[in-house]
Amino acid sequence: MKAPISWLKDYVDINVSSKELADAMTMSGSKVEGIEVQGEEITSVVIGKILSLEKHPDADKLRVSKVDIGREVIQVVTGAPNVNVGDYIPVALVGATLPGGKKISKGKLRGIESEGMMCSIEELGLTREDFPDAPEDGVYIFNKEEELGKDVKEVFGINEEIIEFEITSNRPDCLSIIGLAREAAATLKTEFKKPAVKLKEEGDDASKYVSVEIKDADLCPRYTARVVKNVKIGPSPKWMRDRLKAAGVRPINNIVDITNYVMLEYGQPMHAFDIRDIKGSKIIVRRANDGEILKTLDDQDRKLDSSMLVIADEERAIAVAGVMGGANSEVRDNTDTIVFESANFNGTSVRLTAKKLGMRTEASARFEKGLDVENVEAAMNRAAELVEQLGIGTVCKGIIDCYHQNKEERTINLRVDKINDFLGTKISKEEMISILRMLEFEVDEKNMTVKVPSFRPDVEREADIAEEIARFYGYNNIEPTLLSGKAATLGKKTFKQSIEDLIKNTMIACGLSETYTYSFTSPKMFDKLNLPADSELRKAVVISNPLGEDYSVMRTTTIPDMLGVISTNYNRRIEGVRLFEMSYVYIPKSLPLNELPYEKSVLTLGMYGGVDFYDLKGVVEELMARLGIEDYDISPEKNNVVFHPGRTAVLSIKGEYVGVFGEVHPDVAEEFECPERTYIGVIEVEKLVNNASMNSEYTPLPKFPAVARDMALLVKDEIPVKQIEDIIKQRAGKILEEIKLFDVYKGKQVPEGMKSVAYSITFRASDRTLTDEDVNKAMKKILDGMKTNLGAELR
Amino acid sequence: MKEQLNSIRMQAEQELSNVGTITELENLRVKYLGKKGELTTVLRGMGSLSPEERPVIGQLANEIREALEAKIDKAKEELSKKERLNKLEKEVIDVTMPGKRKMLGKKHPLSIVLDEIKEVFLGMGYEIAEGPEVELDYYNFEALNIPKNHPARDVQDTFYINENILLRTQTSPVQIRVMENKKPPIKIICPGRVYRSDAVDATHSPIFHQVEGLVVDKGVTMGDLVGTLKLFAKSLFGEKTEIRLRPHHFPFTEPSAEVDVSCWNCGGSGCRVCKNEGWIEILGAGMVHPKVLEVCGIDPEVYSGFAFGLGVERTAMGRFNIDDMRLLYENDIRFLRQF
Repeated sequence: MKAPISWLKDYVDINVSSKELADAMTMSGSKVEGIEVQGEEITSVVIGKILSLEKHPDADKLRVSKVDIGREVIQVVTGAPNVNVGDYIPVALVGATLPGGKKISKGKLRGIESEGMMCSIEELGLTREDFPDAPEDGVYIFNKEEELGKDVKEVFGINEEIIEFEITSNRPDCLSIIGLAREAAATLKTEFKKPAVKLKEEGDDASKYVSVEIKDADLCPRYTARVVKNVKIGPSPKWMRDRLKAAGVRPINNIVDITNYVMLEYGQPMHAFDIRDIKGSKIIVRRANDGEILKTLDDQDRKLDSSMLVIADEERAIAVAGVMGGANSEVRDNTDTIVFESANFNGTSVRLTAKKLGMRTEASARFEKGLDVENVEAAMNRAAELVEQLGIGTVCKGIIDCYHQNKEERTINLRVDKINDFLGTKISKEEMISILRMLEFEVDEKNMTVKVPSFRPDVEREADIAEEIARFYGYNNIEPTLLSGKAATLGKKTFKQSIEDLIKNTMIACGLSETYTYSFTSPKMFDKLNLPADSELRKAVVISNPLGEDYSVMRTTTIPDMLGVISTNYNRRIEGVRLFEMSYVYIPKSLPLNELPYEKSVLTLGMYGGVDFYDLKGVVEELMARLGIEDYDISPEKNNVVFHPGRTAVLSIKGEYVGVFGEVHPDVAEEFECPERTYIGVIEVEKLVNNASMNSEYTPLPKFPAVARDMALLVKDEIPVKQIEDIIKQRAGKILEEIKLFDVYKGKQVPEGMKSVAYSITFRASDRTLTDEDVNKAMKKILDGMKTNLGAELR
Repeated sequence: MKEQLNSIRMQAEQELSNVGTITELENLRVKYLGKKGELTTVLRGMGSLSPEERPVIGQLANEIREALEAKIDKAKEELSKKERLNKLEKEVIDVTMPGKRKMLGKKHPLSIVLDEIKEVFLGMGYEIAEGPEVELDYYNFEALNIPKNHPARDVQDTFYINENILLRTQTSPVQIRVMENKKPPIKIICPGRVYRSDAVDATHSPIFHQVEGLVVDKGVTMGDLVGTLKLFAKSLFGEKTEIRLRPHHFPFTEPSAEVDVSCWNCGGSGCRVCKNEGWIEILGAGMVHPKVLEVCGIDPEVYSGFAFGLGVERTAMGRFNIDDMRLLYENDIRFLRQF
């Protein structure tokens, strides 16, 4: 809402600068977006009088003049053909600035020095619409004597300052000059000058000309009409046009301008009909018929339906209620008698209608917030007063008022102590009452009750009263306190939250950096992953109004996002990355969704560049170790379409699937423009949390020495080392401390189809020093086991 | 014999002065003092001496041995010092060559800020609550005093799944879920991901993160809200940070406020970061609306509470001077490694 200061001053004494007012209003709840100072760009343009004019010696079209600017006489070279000696003209002095950033500097025109420039109306950013006496082409000439050297902005009246307010949706009353003036008065603690309308009503009875019937009172609690005869349509006066323009409304003609002026001033949208177009001289407020068509003022055919309210006559709709008038009843140049409408329409209905028709207007934006039923009449009378003031018509006697609602009066208890306890303040009863009265709340001091004014539908209960008091007491005058003993709670992360943090920290310690990706994705990703048509992952929660197909389903897997990030980095020629993300996937329990989906937390790993499967596996093992999970298993996975069939493993804990990791299938890597050797993993966090253990009990350091033995075995190539290790574990007995694989070799000296696997096995007893015999026995058992189970021999 | 001994001594001392390495020194020691050394050999001939001469010669021999030993030891010490120095000189490396760094992983800037916020509130005894992102309309709007067709729903452009299920537009629904399930005292923060249908640009993202705070108990005041936010701002942005509350409107709080912090860049004097305002808006806050308490079965005549919420992206962008929100979701490793 743009409020010109001069307009606010009609209703409130403002004793501070616009900047100070803006700051104060912001702090009392009317947030200021900015201050616009009209003519800010115009500086050092003053009134001058042409004393002499002589032909330029070297240029046919230029003349050299002496101009009196009061304190001195300057020489100006001008090309303007229309000026004469004795004319009073606007002259921009050296150093002056003009709209559009133009600057005047001292210079020579064809060898003759010029100390300024005579200005046209356009050069001052004004229009001939507002200054019809200005020449079409040439310097503006004042039509009377003016004070020499005076700033032209004062003479032209370019001095308005406009504050733009951001009004919250609960305060439609502040979408008006009067509402803002009331707030300003309470903010500055100055007088609010309540509007007092005086009407002559020189015409005959309005009821002779038109009648009103409300058919759907649920959508229109009140409708008022006034009739104005002998209307003289024309432009409205400059002051009114200036204010409208300053507030951002385009002037049209005097009648339409009055309706807009009143809307801005009172916050009540109005409309004017040409009475000739009201068939049967009867205004009917009714729901539209389905399929009914009305051409609105913007020349668009609007197809209406029965959820919308229209203003109609006996034959047809003539306006969409609260949104826009119809072209069929528009005020024209030859209009003689008009009907003003000032009405109250149901906010929700107007909002939905405007939305459906795709035409949010100044009027609908106000109605949709719910306007004051009582304001309807005041605004109507103000419009009539303006007609009389401007002398553009005869206002008929009386107001036609259809009012279908019982006056609602809200009274709220004012408990001074309760409010102070709530705010944490010690505001006196007197101060509270004074604040409320400034805002036009009626306070009954005997019963300590407050009557809420009709224009404040947002105030319903004591908390709302407390806000009004706090706003003007000053939010920042409230003493900061710190709950002192109230709401005492422990403040500890839950086990789950601690484990989740531990997982993240372990990933970071492993050299992985954290990513954040969007949780919605494109259904095309499922195809890019080569998922079969019946894959469970394809069953995703679908957004009904997405930003686009790429963001249209909630992800059921994070793999495409991780591959996307890898691809981004790879395509930017980054040698390698190691990444992780902790995020959710959204698994519907049924489709279409009738209950909330399961939001499953997953840890996603991704890496490429100088890494292989075992780097990724190392991260997984490190994680298991950090979480204290011991009975996990990592086994080959050949059937996951996203992964390389020979380089992928499944992680399970106590036999339950927990995750999968490995090299991305080359088809998928190619599809996502990732490097061929890309490694990813997806691990379910909830299962990690369920199996994690934080009891890290101390194990005493060994007191007796260890014995290490190396062994190199020849085994068949296809035997996984895990089998060898399982045998060692089974056979070595209690004295086994550690198995370390240190070499796997195929090639020279190893027969085709075989491999050499070398282990260092450490033995230790906790209660004695091991003898050679102890260890030899264990080694023999191990080697026997190798032979019988795997046919493996020492190399 | 005496002459013989003295000449051995002189000879040994002369050779000693020419020794250059520890090995030569060792050879010399063996040559004179070893079991088959010259001195030993001479001493073996002591038997042929008269009893009067024996102690004199014996004493002389011992003196010579001791003197030689002492000289050899000293020479050895000097030689090893020299050799150590030589060795050190040969071992000079170029310390300006790059170190062998471990590539540490980095926390995402949003996590850094989220964790800092969590730390501050955990320290004040807050618990961390969580709730679903795919949420019921009831929790996201209705229970928060935003009925169907409320104009506030237009402001928050919502992604809907169907009529009753949506992507939460704020973390506030967690408030309701907590209050439905727990009696006061309640003191929680709920960090989380929220959704609004804003097209992606430098300052907008359809997905972003909020942290919501909620305190409900007997006697909780607006002063407590102001004090809490002040402490929070100082913890997050530095001890000198001030806050400013401006009245505002949220359907689920009354009174409501927008909260500015003094600019972390200029401290309030005005700069590019705060657009010369000196203040930067980071929080929305207010006293929990009595209707919201009632919906959750909490009597507003007995209990009161405050709530606040802040955007994590904006805070992170401010903290790290990040000028484009898209960077946060693009995950270029060169960006991620900077934090």
